[in-house]
Amino acid sequence: MSSRPPKSLLTYAVLYLIFLYAPVILLPLFAFNDSAIIALPLSGFTFHWFGLLWDTKALHEALYNSLLIAVVTAIGSTTLGIFAARAAARYEFPGKRGIVGFIMVPLVLPEIIVGVALIVVLIQLGLSLSAWTVIIGHVLICTPFSIAILQSAFNNMDRSLEEASMDLGESKIGTFFRVILPLVTPGIISSLLISFTISLDEFIIAFFLTGTDVTLPVYIWGQLRFPARLPAIMALGFLMVSLSFFLLLTAEYFRRRANRLTGNHTRSDNGIFQ
Amino acid sequence: MKTPQKINDQIIAIEGVKKNFGDVTALDGVSLNIREGEFFSLLGPSGCGKTTLLRMISGFDSPSIGSVYIGGSDMTNVPPNERPTNMVFQSYAIFPHLNVAENVGYGLKKQKLPNDEINRRVEEALALVDLEGFGARESHALSGGQRQRVALARALIMKPKVLLLDEPLSALDKKLRETMQSELRKLQRTVGITFVLVTHDQEEALTMSDRIAVMFDGKIAQLDTPEGLYKRPKTKRVASFIGVMNFIPAKVVASTKTKLSLEVEFLGKINVTASNKIKPGDKITVGIRPEMLTILYGETDKADNVFSGMIVSASYYGDMTYYEVELKNTDINVMVSMRNTSGRPVLLTGTTARVGWGCESITVFDG
Ligand SMILES: Nc1ncnc2c1ncn2[C@@H]1O[C@H](COP(=O)(O)OP(=O)(O)OP(=O)(O)O)[C@@H](O)[C@H]1O
Ligand SMILES: [Mg+2]
Repeated sequence: MSSRPPKSLLTYAVLYLIFLYAPVILLPLFAFNDSAIIALPLSGFTFHWFGLLWDTKALHEALYNSLLIAVVTAIGSTTLGIFAARAAARYEFPGKRGIVGFIMVPLVLPEIIVGVALIVVLIQLGLSLSAWTVIIGHVLICTPFSIAILQSAFNNMDRSLEEASMDLGESKIGTFFRVILPLVTPGIISSLLISFTISLDEFIIAFFLTGTDVTLPVYIWGQLRFPARLPAIMALGFLMVSLSFFLLLTAEYFRRRANRLTGNHTRSDNGIFQ
Repeated sequence: MKTPQKINDQIIAIEGVKKNFGDVTALDGVSLNIREGEFFSLLGPSGCGKTTLLRMISGFDSPSIGSVYIGGSDMTNVPPNERPTNMVFQSYAIFPHLNVAENVGYGLKKQKLPNDEINRRVEEALALVDLEGFGARESHALSGGQRQRVALARALIMKPKVLLLDEPLSALDKKLRETMQSELRKLQRTVGITFVLVTHDQEEALTMSDRIAVMFDGKIAQLDTPEGLYKRPKTKRVASFIGVMNFIPAKVVASTKTKLSLEVEFLGKINVTASNKIKPGDKITVGIRPEMLTILYGETDKADNVFSGMIVSASYYGDMTYYEVELKNTDINVMVSMRNTSGRPVLLTGTTARVGWGCESITVFDG
């Protein structure tokens, strides 16, 4: 039996959540508000701003760029993550801890530093800025997340499962497809979704490296100069937040499933999905 | 390359196997033969190399030096998936994403057999381990004992020449373990497959095996039947690992072709069967099992040799009582076990007791 938390803690938690989410809650409020001015009181309900998004050609291009970048980033960082996590989980090699730690560094580096450093290097290399340079930057910052997620999936996997498969006559490749992959698939899906979401929402690196292929966040940044377009941005923001939220929840669902499948029989981590 | 001479019906031959992990020597020159159809146990304390030896047979590890033959052919460098052996893992290694039937049929599916045949053989295998009707059960909804049976069925369905079991019972509670011990033994007789069991539980090894290899520090200390190991341990270490044995220092005073005359400390002179390693003047040790010593009740009880001592502890086990007796005027304690029969009440701590013994129950160890 779990006991109830003390009242003071509960109040603190509620205040904290309000502080955290109040600005986000304002988004849908004004996204559906029938007024070009972002201010209270609200003046009526409308889908007008969403319709406006539909008609804005530049936005569609930004959306296309963002989706392309996010998909390629998700696949790229997850693939790198699979290799790294598998290697870290299975093989012992000199300096392993150091190397794995080093891969995780971008997790804590300020994005502006990564952005500036990348732009310097890319220009030195003579590459012109495009969606592909953004992808390079995004893979760099997403890979640590992918590794972290996949590492727990690979690490949790009991080594004797692979050996049992080999013992029953299955080949190495067969074992990978019949045992390892099914067990880490939830982790892979989780990694794909999270890196997709990070890339979709990322602004600073995209801003530095995007050239003419603007992404959605960069497009939004550009629109902020025009007060009249603000309600439409609110609508766009609402859509993006909803999508991110949905993706992250789905990712979390798969991450938990990965932990459960790979033989973590503890029932302790019971979250909202169980 | 020399091939092993095929000694009547041997199925596994291990020849001069050494295995190093970095500077750890896990196996230090192991040679042994396992006969077809026998229940063979590898017994030894933790870290002595039992699992490593089993992994050599299954192919998960390869020897640094030496060879492994199975069914007459050299398997030293054959990968596990091509060996005629199957393993029951200590953790059971049940595939969590597959149900019971899919787990049991895993190996057959690789062989691309028709589905009907797979289903039929899975049902057979489940029946063999008393799990009829469990096929559709999810693997996480199994008890420890059921997981163990699934692991057994999954290995047996492959019809291996040799079934390898790495401490398969250690995760079960005492009661279930004892049930599974006798079931495993029965199962082995039913299927007639050679079983190689790893265990650190001497009682388990004694009750289940046809033959036992006792291992210490990466070497085989003695290979014998359970009775042979218990009655004729070759070293003091084996003797104290298999059951309990009392050790008493002794000196050889004379020897003939067939007899040794010993002067045993505190006990006096005795004669035992000769051993060619031991010469007069040698300091040796004699060993005697607790059940070979008898506490003499009253004047009517007689024995070849008698010494007296004080009971320093008595442990009552229902059918048996274990006494620790301190020899008079010494600090040597011996264990005596007595069957509790009528007319032989349990003696209290502090009482003086006369202990009888016979020369034929003595084992002599050099050193
Ligand atoms: N992969 C490995 N790397 C390094 N050392 C190892 C490895 N496997 C085993 N060893 C060492 O080899 C020795 C024998 O190990 P092994 O697992 O065979 O012991 P065991 O008899 O099975 O013990 P237990 O009863 O505890 O399972 C131990 O000292 C162990 O630490
Ligand atoms: Mg072991």
